[in-house]
Amino acid sequence: MSMPFYVSPEQLMKDKADYARKGIARGRSVVVMQYDRGIVFVAENPQSLRKISEIYDRIAFAAVGMYYEFENLRVAGIRYADLRGYSYDRRDVTARGLANAYAQTLGTVFTQEPKPYEIELCVAEVGRTAEQDQIYRLTYDGSVSDQHGFMVMGGASSQAEERLRGSWKPGLSLADALALAVGTLAVDPAGGEPRRLLPTQLEVAVLDRQRPRRTFRRIVGPLLADLLNADSPTAHAPEADDGIPGHPDILSGVTSEAVVEADPQVPPPSDKKV
Amino acid sequence: MSGNARDGRLPTAYLQPGSSSFLDFVAGVEPDLLPGARPLPGGLTVETPHGTTIVAAECARGVVMAGDRRATMGNVIASRVIDKVFAADEYSVVGIAGTAGLAIEVVRLYQVELEHYEKIEGAIMSIEGKANRLATMIRGNLGMAMQGLSVVPIFAGFDLDDRRGRIYSYDVTGGCYHEHDHHSIGSGAVFARGSLKKTWHPDMTQEAAVAACLEALYDAADDDSATGGPDVGRRIWPAVAVVDVEGVRFLPDDVLAEAVEALVAARRINPGGAR
Repeated sequence: MSMPFYVSPEQLMKDKADYARKGIARGRSVVVMQYDRGIVFVAENPQSLRKISEIYDRIAFAAVGMYYEFENLRVAGIRYADLRGYSYDRRDVTARGLANAYAQTLGTVFTQEPKPYEIELCVAEVGRTAEQDQIYRLTYDGSVSDQHGFMVMGGASSQAEERLRGSWKPGLSLADALALAVGTLAVDPAGGEPRRLLPTQLEVAVLDRQRPRRTFRRIVGPLLADLLNADSPTAHAPEADDGIPGHPDILSGVTSEAVVEADPQVPPPSDKKV
Repeated sequence: MSGNARDGRLPTAYLQPGSSSFLDFVAGVEPDLLPGARPLPGGLTVETPHGTTIVAAECARGVVMAGDRRATMGNVIASRVIDKVFAADEYSVVGIAGTAGLAIEVVRLYQVELEHYEKIEGAIMSIEGKANRLATMIRGNLGMAMQGLSVVPIFAGFDLDDRRGRIYSYDVTGGCYHEHDHHSIGSGAVFARGSLKKTWHPDMTQEAAVAACLEALYDAADDDSATGGPDVGRRIWPAVAVVDVEGVRFLPDDVLAEAVEALVAARRINPGGAR
Protein backbone atom coordinates (compact mmCIF):
# COMPACT_ATOMS: atom_id res chain seq x y z
CA MET A 1 0.00 0.00 0.00
CA SER A 2 1.37 3.36 -0.95
CA MET A 3 1.28 6.27 1.45
CA PRO A 4 -0.70 9.28 0.20
CA PHE A 5 1.24 12.50 -0.18
CA TYR A 6 0.82 14.96 2.65
CA VAL A 7 -1.22 17.97 1.63
CA SER A 8 -1.59 20.79 4.13
CA PRO A 9 -5.20 21.74 5.02
CA GLU A 10 -4.63 25.26 3.70
CA GLN A 11 -3.53 23.90 0.34
CA LEU A 12 -6.44 21.45 0.23
CA MET A 13 -9.02 24.16 0.86
CA LYS A 14 -7.37 26.54 -1.54
CA ASP A 15 -7.37 23.89 -4.28
CA LYS A 16 -11.03 23.14 -3.70
CA ALA A 17 -11.92 26.82 -3.69
CA ASP A 18 -9.98 27.45 -6.90
CA TYR A 19 -11.70 24.50 -8.50
CA ALA A 20 -15.18 25.71 -7.51
CA ARG A 21 -14.44 29.32 -8.49
CA LYS A 22 -13.23 28.32 -11.93
CA GLY A 23 -16.36 26.25 -12.53
CA ILE A 24 -18.62 29.12 -11.49
CA ALA A 25 -16.78 31.76 -13.52
CA ARG A 26 -17.21 29.71 -16.72
CA GLY A 27 -20.99 30.25 -16.77
CA ARG A 28 -23.03 33.32 -17.60
CA SER A 29 -23.99 35.79 -14.87
CA VAL A 30 -27.25 36.33 -13.04
CA VAL A 31 -28.21 39.79 -11.77
CA VAL A 32 -30.55 40.30 -8.82
CA MET A 33 -31.65 43.78 -7.84
CA GLN A 34 -34.30 45.72 -5.99
CA TYR A 35 -36.68 47.92 -7.99
CA ASP A 36 -39.47 50.16 -6.76
CA ARG A 37 -42.05 47.37 -6.40
CA GLY A 38 -39.94 44.37 -5.47
CA ILE A 39 -36.93 42.34 -6.54
CA VAL A 40 -36.05 41.44 -10.11
CA PHE A 41 -33.91 38.50 -11.28
CA VAL A 42 -32.29 38.56 -14.70
CA ALA A 43 -30.28 35.72 -16.23
CA GLU A 44 -28.87 35.28 -19.68
CA ASN A 45 -30.35 31.86 -20.28
CA PRO A 46 -31.85 30.93 -23.63
CA GLN A 47 -32.60 27.35 -22.53
CA SER A 48 -35.60 25.92 -20.79
CA LEU A 49 -33.42 24.65 -17.91
CA ARG A 50 -34.19 27.40 -15.46
CA LYS A 51 -31.80 29.28 -13.20
CA ILE A 52 -34.47 31.26 -11.38
CA SER A 53 -37.30 29.71 -9.43
CA GLU A 54 -40.10 30.34 -6.97
CA ILE A 55 -39.52 28.85 -3.53
CA TYR A 56 -42.46 30.19 -1.54
CA ASP A 57 -44.93 33.06 -1.36
CA ARG A 58 -42.34 35.83 -1.03
CA ILE A 59 -39.10 33.90 -1.57
CA ALA A 60 -37.25 33.13 -4.77
CA PHE A 61 -34.03 31.41 -5.71
CA ALA A 62 -31.44 32.05 -8.40
CA ALA A 63 -28.26 30.13 -9.12
CA VAL A 64 -25.24 29.86 -11.38
CA GLY A 65 -22.89 26.97 -11.99
CA MET A 66 -23.56 23.25 -12.39
CA TYR A 67 -27.21 22.75 -13.23
CA TYR A 68 -27.74 19.39 -11.54
CA GLU A 69 -26.18 20.60 -8.31
CA PHE A 70 -28.28 23.73 -7.92
CA GLU A 71 -31.40 22.01 -9.23
CA ASN A 72 -31.06 19.57 -6.34
CA LEU A 73 -30.78 22.43 -3.87
CA ARG A 74 -33.70 24.25 -5.47
CA VAL A 75 -35.96 21.23 -4.98
CA ALA A 76 -34.65 20.83 -1.42
CA GLY A 77 -35.51 24.48 -0.77
CA ILE A 78 -39.07 24.04 -2.03
CA ARG A 79 -39.45 20.95 0.15
CA TYR A 80 -38.03 22.79 3.16
CA ALA A 81 -40.35 25.77 2.63
CA ASP A 82 -43.48 23.75 1.92
CA LEU A 83 -42.95 21.52 4.95
CA ARG A 84 -42.31 24.55 7.14
CA GLY A 85 -45.38 26.34 5.82
CA TYR A 86 -47.53 23.24 6.21
CA SER A 87 -46.56 22.45 9.78
CA TYR A 88 -46.44 26.08 10.98
CA ASP A 89 -48.02 28.80 8.86
CA ARG A 90 -47.29 30.38 5.50
CA ARG A 91 -45.95 33.50 7.24
CA ASP A 92 -43.38 31.46 9.17
CA VAL A 93 -41.31 30.60 6.12
CA THR A 94 -38.36 32.99 5.91
CA ALA A 95 -35.48 33.49 3.53
CA ARG A 96 -33.06 33.64 6.46
CA GLY A 97 -33.99 30.13 7.62
CA LEU A 98 -33.60 28.78 4.14
CA ALA A 99 -30.30 30.60 3.57
CA ASN A 100 -28.96 29.03 6.78
CA ALA A 101 -30.00 25.53 5.71
CA TYR A 102 -28.33 26.08 2.32
CA ALA A 103 -25.19 27.48 3.94
CA GLN A 104 -24.84 24.45 6.21
CA THR A 105 -25.29 22.13 3.26
CA LEU A 106 -22.80 23.94 1.03
CA GLY A 107 -20.29 24.20 3.90
CA THR A 108 -20.50 20.53 4.79
CA VAL A 109 -20.11 19.45 1.18
CA PHE A 110 -17.15 21.82 0.78
CA THR A 111 -15.26 20.44 3.79
CA GLN A 112 -16.27 16.80 3.72
CA GLU A 113 -16.78 15.73 0.12
CA PRO A 114 -13.94 15.34 -2.36
CA LYS A 115 -15.64 17.65 -4.87
CA PRO A 116 -17.21 20.92 -3.73
CA TYR A 117 -20.41 22.25 -5.30
CA GLU A 118 -19.55 24.44 -8.27
CA ILE A 119 -22.44 26.79 -7.65
CA GLU A 120 -23.35 30.14 -6.24
CA LEU A 121 -26.85 30.86 -4.98
CA CYS A 122 -29.07 33.80 -4.23
CA VAL A 123 -32.04 33.54 -1.89
CA ALA A 124 -34.22 36.65 -1.83
CA GLU A 125 -37.32 37.58 0.06
CA VAL A 126 -39.51 40.53 -0.76
CA GLY A 127 -40.76 42.39 2.32
CA ARG A 128 -43.74 44.66 2.90
CA THR A 129 -41.46 47.64 2.31
CA ALA A 130 -38.19 48.00 0.40
CA GLU A 131 -36.29 48.22 3.72
CA GLN A 132 -37.54 44.75 4.65
CA ASP A 133 -36.31 43.12 1.44
CA GLN A 134 -33.58 40.55 1.96
CA ILE A 135 -31.07 39.35 -0.61
CA TYR A 136 -28.62 36.67 0.48
CA ARG A 137 -25.61 35.47 -1.47
CA LEU A 138 -24.38 31.95 -0.77
CA THR A 139 -21.09 30.76 -2.14
CA TYR A 140 -19.65 27.27 -2.80
CA ASP A 141 -17.98 27.10 0.65
CA GLY A 142 -21.12 27.92 2.60
CA SER A 143 -20.44 31.55 3.37
CA VAL A 144 -23.51 33.77 3.45
CA SER A 145 -23.65 37.49 2.97
CA ASP A 146 -26.49 39.93 3.10
CA GLN A 147 -26.53 42.08 -0.04
CA HIS A 148 -27.82 45.61 -0.25
CA GLY A 149 -29.80 46.57 -3.30
CA PHE A 150 -28.22 44.34 -5.92
CA MET A 151 -25.87 41.46 -6.58
CA VAL A 152 -24.25 39.69 -9.52
CA MET A 153 -23.02 36.14 -9.50
CA GLY A 154 -21.31 33.92 -12.06
CA GLY A 155 -19.07 34.97 -14.95
CA ALA A 156 -17.06 38.11 -14.30
CA SER A 157 -19.27 39.04 -11.37
CA SER A 158 -16.93 41.26 -9.37
CA GLN A 159 -16.30 43.67 -12.27
CA ALA A 160 -20.02 43.70 -13.00
CA GLU A 161 -20.84 44.52 -9.38
CA GLU A 162 -18.29 47.29 -9.40
CA ARG A 163 -20.05 48.79 -12.41
CA LEU A 164 -23.50 48.46 -10.81
CA ARG A 165 -22.33 50.17 -7.65
CA GLY A 166 -22.04 53.40 -9.64
CA SER A 167 -25.33 53.16 -11.51
CA TRP A 168 -27.86 51.37 -9.28
CA LYS A 169 -30.03 53.49 -7.02
CA PRO A 170 -33.10 52.71 -4.91
CA GLY A 171 -36.55 53.17 -6.45
CA LEU A 172 -35.78 52.26 -10.07
CA SER A 173 -38.81 51.35 -12.15
CA LEU A 174 -38.94 47.78 -13.48
CA ALA A 175 -38.05 48.93 -16.99
CA ASP A 176 -35.04 50.93 -15.70
CA ALA A 177 -33.88 48.08 -13.49
CA LEU A 178 -34.14 45.67 -16.42
CA ALA A 179 -32.21 48.00 -18.71
CA LEU A 180 -29.47 48.28 -16.07
CA ALA A 181 -29.34 44.52 -15.49
CA VAL A 182 -29.29 43.67 -19.19
CA GLY A 183 -26.60 46.33 -19.76
CA THR A 184 -24.53 44.65 -17.07
CA LEU A 185 -24.97 41.20 -18.60
CA ALA A 186 -24.10 42.50 -22.06
CA VAL A 187 -20.69 43.89 -21.10
CA ASP A 188 -17.77 41.96 -22.55
CA PRO A 189 -15.35 41.25 -19.68
CA ALA A 190 -12.45 41.27 -22.14
CA GLY A 191 -13.23 44.91 -22.92
CA GLY A 192 -14.79 44.47 -26.37
CA GLU A 193 -18.07 45.82 -27.73
CA PRO A 194 -21.07 45.02 -25.48
CA ARG A 195 -23.23 42.23 -26.87
CA ARG A 196 -26.83 42.74 -27.92
CA LEU A 197 -29.15 40.58 -25.85
CA LEU A 198 -32.58 39.73 -27.25
CA PRO A 199 -35.57 39.14 -24.95
CA THR A 200 -35.58 35.48 -26.03
CA GLN A 201 -32.08 35.05 -24.59
CA LEU A 202 -33.14 36.24 -21.15
CA GLU A 203 -34.81 34.62 -18.20
CA VAL A 204 -36.53 37.31 -16.14
CA ALA A 205 -38.64 37.00 -13.00
CA VAL A 206 -39.84 39.28 -10.23
CA LEU A 207 -41.01 39.08 -6.65
CA ASP A 208 -43.75 41.68 -6.79
CA ARG A 209 -44.29 43.30 -3.38
CA GLN A 210 -47.90 44.28 -4.12
CA ARG A 211 -49.27 40.87 -5.00
CA PRO A 212 -51.15 38.88 -2.39
CA ARG A 213 -49.85 35.43 -1.40
CA ARG A 214 -47.60 34.09 -4.20
CA THR A 215 -45.59 37.07 -5.42
CA PHE A 216 -43.28 35.33 -7.91
CA ARG A 217 -43.94 36.00 -11.60
CA ARG A 218 -41.92 35.12 -14.68
CA ILE A 219 -41.90 37.92 -17.20
CA VAL A 220 -41.96 36.62 -20.75
CA GLY A 221 -43.12 37.31 -24.29
CA PRO A 222 -44.56 40.65 -25.36
CA LEU A 223 -44.42 42.09 -21.83
CA LEU A 224 -40.67 41.46 -21.56
CA ALA A 225 -40.04 42.88 -25.03
CA ASP A 226 -42.10 45.96 -24.09
CA LEU A 227 -40.27 46.50 -20.82
CA LEU A 228 -36.89 46.19 -22.54
CA ASN A 229 -37.83 48.50 -25.38
CA ALA A 230 -36.60 51.97 -24.42
CA ASP A 231 -39.16 53.61 -26.75
CA SER A 232 -42.15 51.86 -25.20
CA PRO A 233 -43.99 53.60 -22.36
CA THR A 234 -44.32 50.34 -20.34
CA ALA A 235 -42.34 50.81 -17.14
CA HIS A 236 -44.11 48.43 -14.75
CA ALA A 237 -45.47 44.93 -14.71
CA PRO A 238 -49.28 44.91 -14.87
CA GLU A 239 -51.12 44.35 -11.61
CA ALA A 240 -53.57 41.90 -13.16
CA ASP A 241 -52.50 38.39 -14.10
CA ASP A 242 -52.54 37.06 -17.64
CA GLY A 243 -55.77 36.38 -19.44
CA ILE A 244 -54.39 33.15 -20.88
CA PRO A 245 -55.03 29.99 -18.94
CA GLY A 246 -51.89 28.27 -17.78
CA HIS A 247 -49.23 28.30 -15.12
CA PRO A 248 -50.21 31.08 -12.72
CA ASP A 249 -46.67 32.49 -12.45
CA ILE A 250 -46.40 33.54 -16.11
CA LEU A 251 -46.83 37.21 -16.95
CA SER A 252 -46.67 37.76 -20.70
CA GLY A 253 -48.91 40.80 -21.10
CA VAL A 254 -51.27 38.84 -23.39
CA THR A 255 -54.87 39.82 -22.66
CA SER A 256 -57.79 37.43 -22.81
CA GLU A 257 -59.20 39.23 -25.88
CA ALA A 258 -56.11 38.33 -27.87
CA VAL A 259 -56.43 34.68 -26.84
CA VAL A 260 -60.10 34.54 -27.78
CA GLU A 261 -59.20 35.53 -31.32
CA ALA A 262 -56.48 32.93 -31.52
CA ASP A 263 -58.50 30.13 -29.93
CA PRO A 264 -62.23 30.03 -30.63
CA GLN A 265 -62.76 27.42 -27.91
CA VAL A 266 -62.15 29.99 -25.21
CA PRO A 267 -65.37 31.78 -24.30
CA PRO A 268 -65.62 35.51 -24.91
CA PRO A 269 -65.14 37.31 -21.61
CA SER A 270 -68.57 38.98 -21.69
CA ASP A 271 -70.94 36.29 -20.36
CA LYS A 272 -68.65 34.87 -17.73
CA LYS A 273 -69.30 37.11 -14.79
CA VAL A 274 -71.91 35.74 -12.46
CA MET B 1 -36.46 22.38 11.09
CA SER B 2 -37.45 18.87 11.84
CA GLY B 3 -35.77 15.78 10.44
CA ASN B 4 -32.45 17.53 10.69
CA ALA B 5 -29.32 15.52 10.16
CA ARG B 6 -26.31 15.73 12.45
CA ASP B 7 -24.40 18.73 11.06
CA GLY B 8 -27.30 21.05 10.22
CA ARG B 9 -27.14 20.38 6.51
CA LEU B 10 -30.35 19.53 4.69
CA PRO B 11 -31.04 15.82 5.26
CA THR B 12 -30.59 13.43 2.35
CA ALA B 13 -34.34 13.05 1.83
CA TYR B 14 -34.49 16.76 0.90
CA LEU B 15 -31.81 16.36 -1.74
CA GLN B 16 -33.15 13.12 -3.24
CA PRO B 17 -34.02 13.78 -6.88
CA GLY B 18 -37.06 12.31 -8.60
CA SER B 19 -40.21 12.97 -6.64
CA SER B 20 -42.39 16.05 -7.09
CA SER B 21 -44.93 14.89 -4.54
CA PHE B 22 -45.17 16.64 -1.19
CA LEU B 23 -47.18 13.72 0.16
CA ASP B 24 -44.41 11.22 -0.65
CA PHE B 25 -41.80 13.55 0.80
CA VAL B 26 -43.65 14.03 4.10
CA ALA B 27 -44.34 10.28 4.30
CA GLY B 28 -40.55 9.84 4.20
CA VAL B 29 -39.38 12.56 6.57
CA GLU B 30 -42.29 13.23 8.91
CA PRO B 31 -45.00 10.59 8.60
CA ASP B 32 -46.72 11.83 11.77
CA LEU B 33 -47.87 14.89 9.87
CA LEU B 34 -50.05 12.76 7.58
CA PRO B 35 -53.59 12.13 8.77
CA GLY B 36 -53.67 8.50 7.64
CA ALA B 37 -50.34 7.51 9.21
CA ARG B 38 -51.27 7.99 12.86
CA PRO B 39 -51.91 4.94 15.03
CA LEU B 40 -55.50 4.76 16.30
CA PRO B 41 -56.79 3.31 19.54
CA GLY B 42 -59.01 0.42 18.55
CA GLY B 43 -62.67 -0.10 19.28
CA LEU B 44 -63.60 3.45 20.24
CA THR B 45 -65.64 5.93 18.35
CA VAL B 46 -65.52 9.59 19.15
CA GLU B 47 -68.10 12.20 18.36
CA THR B 48 -66.64 14.86 16.08
CA PRO B 49 -68.09 17.63 13.93
CA HIS B 50 -69.33 16.47 10.53
CA GLY B 51 -69.65 18.45 7.37
CA THR B 52 -72.84 17.92 5.45
CA THR B 53 -74.02 18.71 1.92
CA ILE B 54 -71.97 19.80 -1.13
CA VAL B 55 -73.29 20.02 -4.68
CA ALA B 56 -71.44 20.50 -7.96
CA ALA B 57 -72.80 21.09 -11.44
CA GLU B 58 -71.19 21.53 -14.83
CA CYS B 59 -72.13 24.59 -16.81
CA ALA B 60 -71.15 26.07 -20.13
CA ARG B 61 -67.32 26.26 -20.09
CA GLY B 62 -66.94 25.62 -16.42
CA VAL B 63 -68.24 24.14 -13.24
CA VAL B 64 -69.97 25.40 -10.09
CA MET B 65 -69.60 24.00 -6.57
CA ALA B 66 -71.69 25.02 -3.58
CA GLY B 67 -71.88 23.93 0.03
CA ASP B 68 -74.07 24.73 3.01
CA ARG B 69 -72.39 26.21 6.08
CA ARG B 70 -73.42 23.77 8.79
CA ALA B 71 -71.33 21.24 10.74
CA THR B 72 -73.14 18.87 13.08
CA MET B 73 -72.05 16.74 16.01
CA GLY B 74 -74.83 14.28 16.72
CA ASN B 75 -77.89 16.43 17.27
CA VAL B 76 -75.84 19.53 18.05
CA ILE B 77 -75.00 22.15 15.46
CA ALA B 78 -71.24 22.41 15.81
CA SER B 79 -70.91 25.39 13.49
CA ARG B 80 -73.19 27.46 11.35
CA VAL B 81 -70.45 29.31 9.49
CA ILE B 82 -68.04 26.53 8.53
CA ASP B 83 -66.56 26.66 5.02
CA LYS B 84 -66.54 23.33 3.23
CA VAL B 85 -65.64 24.43 -0.28
CA PHE B 86 -61.97 25.26 -0.85
CA ALA B 87 -59.85 26.32 -3.79
CA ALA B 88 -57.35 23.51 -4.33
CA ASP B 89 -55.29 25.52 -6.80
CA GLU B 90 -55.86 28.13 -9.50
CA TYR B 91 -58.17 25.88 -11.55
CA SER B 92 -59.85 23.48 -9.15
CA VAL B 93 -61.98 23.33 -6.02
CA VAL B 94 -62.63 20.65 -3.48
CA GLY B 95 -65.65 20.27 -1.22
CA ILE B 96 -65.72 18.05 1.83
CA ALA B 97 -68.22 15.99 3.76
CA GLY B 98 -67.53 13.76 6.72
CA THR B 99 -65.29 14.31 9.74
CA ALA B 100 -64.57 18.04 9.51
CA GLY B 101 -61.22 18.14 11.32
CA LEU B 102 -59.69 15.41 9.20
CA ALA B 103 -61.24 16.73 6.02
CA ILE B 104 -59.77 20.18 6.53
CA GLU B 105 -56.38 18.61 7.17
CA VAL B 106 -56.67 16.58 3.96
CA VAL B 107 -57.58 19.71 2.02
CA ARG B 108 -54.60 21.66 3.42
CA LEU B 109 -52.27 18.83 2.52
CA TYR B 110 -53.82 18.60 -0.92
CA GLN B 111 -53.37 22.31 -1.56
CA VAL B 112 -49.68 22.05 -0.71
CA GLU B 113 -49.37 18.91 -2.83
CA LEU B 114 -50.63 20.74 -5.93
CA GLU B 115 -48.57 23.88 -5.32
CA HIS B 116 -45.46 21.79 -4.59
CA TYR B 117 -45.80 19.95 -7.89
CA GLU B 118 -46.38 23.23 -9.72
CA LYS B 119 -43.19 24.77 -8.29
CA ILE B 120 -40.94 21.74 -8.78
CA GLU B 121 -42.17 20.79 -12.26
CA GLY B 122 -42.88 24.32 -13.47
CA ALA B 123 -46.16 23.01 -14.90
CA ILE B 124 -49.76 22.57 -13.80
CA MET B 125 -50.86 19.01 -13.10
CA SER B 126 -53.49 17.61 -15.48
CA ILE B 127 -57.03 17.42 -14.11
CA GLU B 128 -56.92 13.60 -13.98
CA GLY B 129 -53.59 13.83 -12.17
CA LYS B 130 -55.12 16.11 -9.56
CA ALA B 131 -58.14 13.83 -9.14
CA ASN B 132 -55.85 10.82 -8.68
CA ARG B 133 -53.64 12.55 -6.10
CA LEU B 134 -56.73 13.26 -4.03
CA ALA B 135 -57.75 9.60 -4.34
CA THR B 136 -54.34 8.57 -2.97
CA MET B 137 -54.91 10.74 0.08
CA ILE B 138 -58.38 9.35 0.75
CA ARG B 139 -57.03 5.82 0.35
CA GLY B 140 -54.43 6.53 3.03
CA ASN B 141 -57.28 7.38 5.37
CA LEU B 142 -59.11 4.04 5.10
CA GLY B 143 -58.10 2.85 8.57
CA MET B 144 -59.71 5.93 10.11
CA ALA B 145 -62.77 5.63 7.90
CA MET B 146 -63.35 2.15 9.28
CA GLN B 147 -63.46 3.64 12.76
CA GLY B 148 -66.09 6.13 11.74
CA LEU B 149 -63.72 9.00 10.87
CA SER B 150 -64.37 9.05 7.17
CA VAL B 151 -63.63 11.88 4.77
CA VAL B 152 -65.44 11.99 1.46
CA PRO B 153 -64.52 14.85 -0.85
CA ILE B 154 -65.90 16.02 -4.15
CA PHE B 155 -63.48 17.52 -6.63
CA ALA B 156 -64.24 19.83 -9.53
CA GLY B 157 -61.97 21.67 -11.86
CA PHE B 158 -61.45 23.25 -15.22
CA ASP B 159 -59.80 20.95 -17.73
CA LEU B 160 -57.20 23.13 -19.46
CA ASP B 161 -56.78 20.64 -22.32
CA ASP B 162 -60.46 20.14 -23.18
CA ARG B 163 -61.55 23.57 -21.99
CA ARG B 164 -64.49 22.36 -19.90
CA GLY B 165 -65.47 21.70 -16.31
CA ARG B 166 -65.14 18.25 -14.76
CA ILE B 167 -66.44 16.70 -11.56
CA TYR B 168 -64.96 13.75 -9.66
CA SER B 169 -66.45 11.93 -6.70
CA TYR B 170 -64.79 9.55 -4.21
CA ASP B 171 -65.65 6.77 -1.86
CA VAL B 172 -63.94 6.00 1.47
CA THR B 173 -61.65 3.38 -0.12
CA GLY B 174 -60.18 6.05 -2.42
CA GLY B 175 -62.21 5.07 -5.45
CA CYS B 176 -62.31 8.02 -7.85
CA TYR B 177 -65.22 8.40 -10.27
CA HIS B 178 -65.65 10.88 -13.06
CA GLU B 179 -69.18 12.25 -12.70
CA HIS B 180 -71.14 13.58 -15.64
CA ASP B 181 -73.32 16.67 -15.45
CA HIS B 182 -73.72 17.08 -11.69
CA HIS B 183 -73.17 15.38 -8.36
CA SER B 184 -73.69 15.87 -4.64
CA ILE B 185 -72.23 14.40 -1.45
CA GLY B 186 -72.98 14.45 2.25
CA SER B 187 -76.02 13.74 4.37
CA GLY B 188 -78.41 15.81 2.25
CA ALA B 189 -77.01 14.49 -1.04
CA VAL B 190 -80.05 12.39 -1.89
CA PHE B 191 -82.40 15.36 -1.78
CA ALA B 192 -79.91 17.65 -3.50
CA ARG B 193 -79.39 15.15 -6.29
CA GLY B 194 -83.12 14.78 -6.84
CA SER B 195 -83.42 18.54 -7.07
CA LEU B 196 -80.49 18.94 -9.47
CA LYS B 197 -81.86 16.14 -11.65
CA LYS B 198 -84.92 18.28 -12.32
CA THR B 199 -83.29 21.69 -12.64
CA TRP B 200 -80.00 20.91 -14.40
CA HIS B 201 -79.76 20.88 -18.17
CA PRO B 202 -76.78 20.80 -20.54
CA ASP B 203 -75.01 24.04 -21.41
CA MET B 204 -76.55 26.01 -18.57
CA THR B 205 -75.11 29.47 -18.11
CA GLN B 206 -73.10 30.01 -14.96
CA GLU B 207 -75.89 32.09 -13.42
CA ALA B 208 -78.38 29.29 -14.04
CA ALA B 209 -76.02 26.64 -12.65
CA VAL B 210 -75.46 28.73 -9.51
CA ALA B 211 -79.23 29.09 -9.11
CA ALA B 212 -79.72 25.34 -9.58
CA CYS B 213 -77.06 24.58 -6.94
CA LEU B 214 -78.68 26.98 -4.47
CA GLU B 215 -82.08 25.35 -5.11
CA ALA B 216 -80.53 21.93 -4.52
CA LEU B 217 -79.01 23.05 -1.21
CA TYR B 218 -82.33 24.55 -0.17
CA ASP B 219 -84.08 21.26 -0.94
CA ALA B 220 -81.44 19.34 1.00
CA ALA B 221 -81.89 21.64 4.00
CA ASP B 222 -85.65 21.23 3.70
CA ASP B 223 -85.51 17.49 4.27
CA ASP B 224 -82.17 16.80 5.98
CA SER B 225 -81.73 18.11 9.51
CA ALA B 226 -77.93 18.16 9.21
CA THR B 227 -77.89 20.53 6.25
CA GLY B 228 -78.17 24.23 7.00
CA GLY B 229 -80.50 26.36 4.94
CA PRO B 230 -79.63 29.96 4.02
CA ASP B 231 -79.81 32.11 7.14
CA VAL B 232 -81.49 35.30 5.95
CA GLY B 233 -81.60 36.78 9.45
CA ARG B 234 -77.88 36.47 10.15
CA ARG B 235 -77.03 36.83 6.47
CA ILE B 236 -75.09 33.58 6.26
CA TRP B 237 -75.10 32.33 2.68
CA PRO B 238 -73.95 29.05 1.18
CA ALA B 239 -70.37 29.07 -0.12
CA VAL B 240 -70.38 29.08 -3.92
CA ALA B 241 -67.29 28.69 -6.11
CA VAL B 242 -67.17 29.02 -9.88
CA VAL B 243 -64.29 27.57 -11.93
CA ASP B 244 -63.71 28.49 -15.55
CA VAL B 245 -60.93 29.47 -17.91
CA GLU B 246 -60.12 32.45 -15.67
CA GLY B 247 -59.64 30.22 -12.66
CA VAL B 248 -61.47 29.82 -9.36
CA ARG B 249 -63.53 32.56 -7.82
CA PHE B 250 -65.89 32.55 -4.87
CA LEU B 251 -69.07 34.53 -5.27
CA PRO B 252 -69.13 37.62 -3.04
CA ASP B 253 -71.81 38.03 -0.37
CA ASP B 254 -73.83 40.68 -2.21
CA VAL B 255 -74.25 38.45 -5.29
CA LEU B 256 -75.22 35.52 -3.07
CA ALA B 257 -77.62 37.61 -1.02
CA GLU B 258 -79.46 38.64 -4.15
CA ALA B 259 -79.67 35.08 -5.51
CA VAL B 260 -80.72 33.53 -2.20
CA GLU B 261 -83.29 36.20 -1.42
CA ALA B 262 -84.84 35.69 -4.87
CA LEU B 263 -84.97 31.95 -4.21
CA VAL B 264 -86.58 32.36 -0.81
CA ALA B 265 -89.15 34.81 -2.21
CA ALA B 266 -90.01 32.41 -5.04
CA ARG B 267 -90.55 29.58 -2.57
CA ARG B 268 -93.00 31.65 -0.60
CA ILE B 269 -95.62 31.31 -3.30
CA ASN B 270 -94.32 28.00 -4.66
CA PRO B 271 -92.91 25.80 -1.87
CA GLY B 272 -91.65 23.16 -4.31
CA GLY B 273 -89.22 25.60 -5.87
CA ALA B 274 -88.00 25.85 -9.46
CA ARG B 275 -88.62 23.00 -11.87
